Amino acid sequence: MYGGGNIFEKPENEIQEDPVKLAEFEARILAGEKIEPTDWMPKEYRKQLIRMIEQHAHSEIIGALPEGTWITRAPGFRRKLALMAKVQDEVGHAQLLYSAAETLGKPREEMINDLISGKSKYSNVFNYPAVTWADTAVIAWLIDAGAIINQVANSKGSYGPYCRALERICQEESFHLKYGHDNVVFLATGTPKQRQMVQEALNRWWPPIMHFFGPSDKISVHTETLMRWKVKMASNDDMRQKFLDMYVPKIWDLGLTIPDPKLRKNEETGVWEYTEPDWNEFKRVINGDGPCNAERLAVRKMAEEKGKWVREALLNRNEMYSVPLS
Amino acid sequence: MPIKSIDPRITRANIEIQNKETSKENKVLEKLDHWQTYEVFAQNKRGEHYSHVGSLHAPNPEMAWILAKEQFGRRNKITGIWITKTSDIFSVTENEEEMFELNSEKIYREAGGYKVMDRINKFKKENKKISEK
Repeated sequence: MYGGGNIFEKPENEIQEDPVKLAEFEARILAGEKIEPTDWMPKEYRKQLIRMIEQHAHSEIIGALPEGTWITRAPGFRRKLALMAKVQDEVGHAQLLYSAAETLGKPREEMINDLISGKSKYSNVFNYPAVTWADTAVIAWLIDAGAIINQVANSKGSYGPYCRALERICQEESFHLKYGHDNVVFLATGTPKQRQMVQEALNRWWPPIMHFFGPSDKISVHTETLMRWKVKMASNDDMRQKFLDMYVPKIWDLGLTIPDPKLRKNEETGVWEYTEPDWNEFKRVINGDGPCNAERLAVRKMAEEKGKWVREALLNRNEMYSVPLS
Repeated sequence: MPIKSIDPRITRANIEIQNKETSKENKVLEKLDHWQTYEVFAQNKRGEHYSHVGSLHAPNPEMAWILAKEQFGRRNKITGIWITKTSDIFSVTENEEEMFELNSEKIYREAGGYKVMDRINKFKKENKKISEK
């Protein structure tokens, strides 16, 4: 589950690349070819891809935490099994993505260290708590829906290993979406109390969902080069529009309200109008000051620390690390 | 005990939540803490070739096989898995694509390099003329 959007840095000083190789590289991408790990690539391409894929991997592994919390409390055995399967999928996605990022030259240990130290980011939505069962339903339906929109776009990008990982991931996400929708529909068509529960969860999650695709194009860092290199496949606002177009009608179908009085589709332009999300809050939370940032990282750190003796018991010190092939 | 968090790992395991400043210095993992890498090959259907499906980290081939089964055979049906250490794969990376460029001049080894119909037709025509005489 990953929305992306927010994460690109302004390129530092333009790095001088070999103009012939750069032209060949760009021609290849323009022709729709994929770039493989051993191909020549601009330093900036490598750097931004590592950053993006790594954040995506972190989002999967951290995203498993707010939902994993609910496994023991899921109502009924079938839902427990389904939620366990979903959480296992998410952790599996992290593993696939870490491997894809590794092919670019950053070992997994370094990525996890950067996650735990707060140096690398992950999707901002996971810094909020899932306070009721209905929250997990809304996450599984709408956050995964947003993630699918982003991931389907990215699977048509230029970097081979990332695209291949995303194809697998998207297949599994379609179960998550159905599962989430089923849970939301169950509550929304249930007793008044169940309806109230899902409405309140939607109210809580709407602002993070609107943040999910990253800051508005008006204020986000220039990404023309990254779009040309097919690292970034769609603008933040375009993805948000696509999400609204696909899911707002489905939410309204269930008689739920969305906590934004300005939200409506402009029939003339076909564009959704909405209250501009609070991008200051978004920045504050992504920089560490959200309700759950510290606890998410603490849990992740504990997992690495408490598992260390097991990993060490199995470790053969004579082995050498190799960068995975693809 | 007051509930600090909805996450039982925080409340029950009583994990200390650090503040941002101290966590900056953390380096939890050392090199090789997640072991070496393996490449995974799977067969989707009996009768098909095994093909590369991805890579993973494991301490030994047996664990790599178990993890591969979970990662690559959990959701889609497959009929077999091979694993090998990444470091055991030999490959050449420099100008690989150019090296595999096919030589279009060697038409003598292509089916399309042999055209016999012209000769046959010519032969038939001449034979016909002879028999008509």
